[in-house]
Amino acid sequence: MSLYYVQKYLYQLNRDPAVQGAYRSDPVAAVTSFGRDGQVATLTDEEIVALTAPDIGLLYHLGVNGQILMHFAAFHGIEWTDYLQRMRQGLRDHGPVREGVYALTTDL
Amino acid sequence: MSLVFAGVCSHAPGITGRADLADPVARDGLYDAFDWMRAELEATRPDALVVVAAEHFANFFMNNMPAFAMGMADHYQGPIEDPGWLMIDRFTAPGNRQLSERLIQEVMQTVDIAYAEEWLFDHGIAVPLHFLTPRFDLPVVPVNINCQGPPLTPLHRAWTFGEAVRRAADAVPERIALVGTGGISHWPATPDSGKINEEWDREFLDRWCRNDRDGLLGYDDLTIYADAGQGGFEIRTFLTVSAAAGGAAGTVHFYRPIPIFAVGCTIATYALE
Ligand SMILES: [Fe+2]
Repeated sequence: MSLYYVQKYLYQLNRDPAVQGAYRSDPVAAVTSFGRDGQVATLTDEEIVALTAPDIGLLYHLGVNGQILMHFAAFHGIEWTDYLQRMRQGLRDHGPVREGVYALTTDL
Repeated sequence: MSLVFAGVCSHAPGITGRADLADPVARDGLYDAFDWMRAELEATRPDALVVVAAEHFANFFMNNMPAFAMGMADHYQGPIEDPGWLMIDRFTAPGNRQLSERLIQEVMQTVDIAYAEEWLFDHGIAVPLHFLTPRFDLPVVPVNINCQGPPLTPLHRAWTFGEAVRRAADAVPERIALVGTGGISHWPATPDSGKINEEWDREFLDRWCRNDRDGLLGYDDLTIYADAGQGGFEIRTFLTVSAAAGGAAGTVHFYRPIPIFAVGCTIATYALE
């Protein structure tokens, strides 16, 4: 569980066309190479899957800041209501938001 | 010369990006209010526009998060978002590095800020500029207050920062306009998007218009989070403008909850001396 690095990858992706190009051509390779810092694994297998699928609902459940996630969903061309629905489905599948200040405040 | 304009506006990405999904009457009312604000701004003949924003991880991240940052460049680019999603084309906005440097030096006398010689605008600045300087012909000085990555900039420090911005604006020969942008209550980028606490917003705007320092600094992040959502943390930008306005009285020219825009859309100004 390394939420900080999940968000850091998305932060870089959201703002940097070069990172976007690498992700588009081979998302698993791009995310995996980011996910290793020397001998230290900064991303778990679950997080790599969430980032590459992409699994918007799982990323939301893990606690990715909503603004970072919103830009990532837009990058993938996910339509607005579909994006909101994917977050809700993530909570149904995985449980409440684990961390951060973007939790659901109404009934699921 | 002095601060010649002080106001606040919303910056939600849906204002441009989801315009086609909004109630046309509500949307056009907001757009008219933005047009009015642009006319007011232009009438003050500003030499530069200081935009106090609450960015959403376009430039600053938790590897090195400043409480306050000010831009110091001759050009800025935006938006970082997909232009087709935000419905704002990629643009280059003019800055004024030399003016920024003088403002920053004065602000630094009382507030420790970061400065940045490069800065990518996200919707937090791109949306206001799209309406207020649509030809990108007015030099911009971007400012960021950390409203996103806790621990957040304390509210009372946003006030102190606003006082420093006023002092700096008054110290330079240029005519300075100041616009704060943010949401009041809202729960953006969550499944609750569209939830708006209008009662809370109206109480907040009442304190803002009275420039009630104690009332504005009486908020705290726990109750803001409970009553106004994490989007409410962005009131820091509004408080900065209040402090810079130095006790002037404010007027709300437009306020209307527009759920598809995810915020109570707001246009308000202070009547400077
Ligand atoms: Fe915002």
